Order: sequence, then C-alpha cells, then structure tokens
Amino acid sequence: MNDAAPMSAGAQAAGPAWPAELYEALREAGVRHASYVPDAGHAELIRRFQSDPEAVEVMLSTEEEGVALACGAWLGGMRSVVLMQSSGVGNCINMLSLPAQARMPLLMIVTMRGEWGEFNPWQVPMSQAVQPSLEAMGVRVVRVESAADVAPTVAQAAAMAFGGDQRIAVLLSQRLLGAKAW
Amino acid sequence: MVSGTVERRAAVAALMAHRGEGEARALVISGLGSPTWDLNAAGDDPANFYLWGAMGGAAMVALGVAQAQPSRRVMALTGDGEQLMALGALATIGAAGPANLTVLVLDNERYGETGAQPSHTGRGTELAAVAAACGFAETEVARSLAEVEALGARLAAPAQGPRLFVVKIGAETPPRSMPARDAPWLKSRFRARLGFEPG
Repeated sequence: MNDAAPMSAGAQAAGPAWPAELYEALREAGVRHASYVPDAGHAELIRRFQSDPEAVEVMLSTEEEGVALACGAWLGGMRSVVLMQSSGVGNCINMLSLPAQARMPLLMIVTMRGEWGEFNPWQVPMSQAVQPSLEAMGVRVVRVESAADVAPTVAQAAAMAFGGDQRIAVLLSQRLLGAKAW
Repeated sequence: MVSGTVERRAAVAALMAHRGEGEARALVISGLGSPTWDLNAAGDDPANFYLWGAMGGAAMVALGVAQAQPSRRVMALTGDGEQLMALGALATIGAAGPANLTVLVLDNERYGETGAQPSHTGRGTELAAVAAACGFAETEVARSLAEVEALGARLAAPAQGPRLFVVKIGAETPPRSMPARDAPWLKSRFRARLGFEPG
C-alpha cells in the first residue's frame, strides 16, 4: 500500500491545499497522536505528523492495531486519529468492538479506492463494503467529495468523536483524491 | 518442549507484587479470557483496564497508554493465543520503542478458553525471540516461580526500550475471577486514576 508516486519538490509545492488544512483542523481539535498504514492519499498528512515535534506518530503493520492504539491513547489522555485506505477498514472490524463496547471516542480518516476511475478491480469489493461494515459496527460515516469540505468535515468529526463520544470515520472520496495514475 | 511451568495465578500475583504504589503504580491492560481473570484475581485496581474481547488488542491498547503517559510504567498482560493473533503488533511496538511498556505473555501453548487446542507456541513459535527480532530492548522466558520473581524485580527497574517477558504456565484452568464487565465504567475509573474527569 506504499504506492505513492514519486513527487518532485515542484509537484509537492503545487499540491492541493487540503492536506495542510486537514492537518491544521486536527491540531485545532487537539489531536496530537496519529497512526497509519500508509496510503498515497495520506502521504502529506503523515509527513506533517512525522515532522511535528509535538506529535506522536505510529506506523502500523495492520489497521486494527490503530483502533486499539487510539483507544489506549485516549485512556491515557491523548486524542488520536487513525489513517488508512479503504482496504484497511476490513481489517478493523472486530477491533471496533473495543471502542463500541467501552463507548470511547474514535476518529478514523479513510482514503477511498475502488470507486472513481479505479484501474485495479481488487480494490472494488472492500471499497463497496466500507460504509456498510463500519456502520454495522456502530461507526458513524461521513463522506467528503470536495477539497473545500475536507477541513470543516474533519473538524466537526473530531468534535463529535471527542466531544460527542462517537466512533466516526471520514471517507475522503477517490474523486477528491484523484484516480491513481501510473 | 516445555521444561518447566508456573501456575498462572501464582505467576501473575508475583509479577503484580512489583507494580509499585501511588503515582508510580503501573497501569495494566489485560487481554481477553484468562489473563483478564488472572489480573482480577491478583487484585482489582483502578489502574487496571480489562479487555473481554477485541482479541489482539491488549498490547496495542497498552502502547497507546504508554505513549500518552510516558512517565508511567505500563504493562500488557496477555496470552500466547492473543499475541499470536497480533504478531505484527510486536513489530509496531518494536518500531515505536516505548521504554515504559512491558508485554507480559502467559504462555500455556494452547487456547485455554476454547478447549485447550494447541497454539503455535506449542509447535515452535517463540514469542520472546519474535519480540527480540522486532527490536525489543529486553526479552526473557521464565519457567519457574523463582524466574518469575526475578522478572518482577526487573519490572521495577528502568528499561532502554520495550520489553516482552514470556511466562511458561501450566494447562490448569483456575476458577474464573471476573472483574466488572461494564467497560464504560472501567474506562472512566481508569481515566479518573490518571486525573481525568468523566466527560
């Protein structure tokens, strides 16, 4: 899943503004802890967490580790976010029992594959199952389709997670992220 | 394969005797099934958070607590079956490198809750060796109560990185000692122990 296309410095400078806005929205919400299985769509956000001396970032080997980790961080008094690609949602299902049963906040940000200009058919089945399987485990789901909506949506999701005591996943649509180019 | 084992409740009691007092008291996260019963049997405590499910989660919950509370000692108390399900978590913990986290594995080389079917540790997997290969600072296997006592003393000493201690236990299944099963109450009690008011 570490499939980010190499980017030149020029391409990074010309990149979209929403990843920086998303990072600021998380900082504003007091999120200082992040875990991830990498995805190209999360590359800039991961880079920002890695370079923030006030943040704790944790590389996961599989996404359900992040669910348990976020619950532990919250038990210890830190707000965490779990970053993953749509394929990783399926790995999380049973671990979502923990925040559901303990009624703990959980904030997930999921970059979608398999739904817009997708060239890899193997991405499609889990993509289609993301929202129903999250909802089956009691996780609220909000989708973002446009760059301007990313930061406001994550801000309200963080407020609902940590203030409203909810499990909530923000899905960043593949149309927003751009179909993967090879 | 096993040259010696320890009775599980005696082992956990010996380890928890070294968890410290007051602000220095270690925070303990237990994994589903027998480790949760064992931890409760050693003495319920607000600094305990018991998992009754979410198999594979105990060590990662403990990592989160350890990162959020870097000045406190944190322990995960789990079994071989649970940690085998989360073998990758050992790589994650090794890479994260918290010096205040110890994973304690009660290893009876079987799935004790489901009919004592053999586990991978009974067929060759050595969890302490896996943890060492994942970069844990200290790993050990204890096969006698004296060795467990020695591990307990080490728990109180500073570490250079994450530790994983395996205790080879027998196949006995002592009576269930069940803590409160209301997880919201347990989490609020745990957080109150750290000074956080209920939301």
